[in-house]
Amino acid sequence: MADKVLDAKGLNCPLPILKAKKALKDVPDGGTLEILATDPGAVADFQAFSRTTGNELIEHSEEGGVYKFLLRKTA
Amino acid sequence: MSEETGGNAINPHTMSIIVTKGSLDWAYPPFILSTTAAAMGLDVTMFFTFYGLPLLLKKMDLKVTPLGNAAMKMPMMGGHMVMPNLVAAIPGVDAMASKMMKNLIKKNGVASIDELRELAVEAEVRLIGCQMTMDLFDYQLEDMIDGIEVGGAATYLEVATQSHINLFI
Repeated sequence: MADKVLDAKGLNCPLPILKAKKALKDVPDGGTLEILATDPGAVADFQAFSRTTGNELIEHSEEGGVYKFLLRKTA
Repeated sequence: MSEETGGNAINPHTMSIIVTKGSLDWAYPPFILSTTAAAMGLDVTMFFTFYGLPLLLKKMDLKVTPLGNAAMKMPMMGGHMVMPNLVAAIPGVDAMASKMMKNLIKKNGVASIDELRELAVEAEVRLIGCQMTMDLFDYQLEDMIDGIEVGGAATYLEVATQSHINLFI
């Protein structure tokens, strides 16, 4: 169970990333944020976001057109 | 601090953008990149000059024109349509095209420019208005949103010498 869940479904680039960054503020260090998105571009973008910021992308998956990302706040 | 850079290593997480265009379509790239960069931990500065300056006005009235824009293919009736210049030049067509574009923006979950600008301000993106453009087109500081700075070429270049990524849009 993630510390916080962000529903970014229906939002397009760059809103899922911007909202995720904001939501990370409410996650304790070492805690996790789950993001739900429908923007296919978010897959590459969350990986790049993770590499650049150091927040670890623990897993990402897709089910029925909804992408799920789990980020660990490490930065 | 390496010898090659003479002790002036530039922080890779810095970006500046010169914003020169202020139509509804061209307002997107600078604001998308600045807000995303800020979210990724970069220090960002935007320098608004010429037709980009109105993007700092309190009340933005953004429009797009199909006139002379051969690449503007609007989705219509299951296909894509380029408007002939002769039609695009008719009064009211710009307003119609702008409304269509705003509808597409909303329908596709794309942020409005107002929203992105607010997010940029919130993320402490440094916003600089070009003084010369303000004089040229008769804009006052009171017309602009709060918290902006005003400067000229030297102000921007100082930022650029300290930024790893420098873009002109």
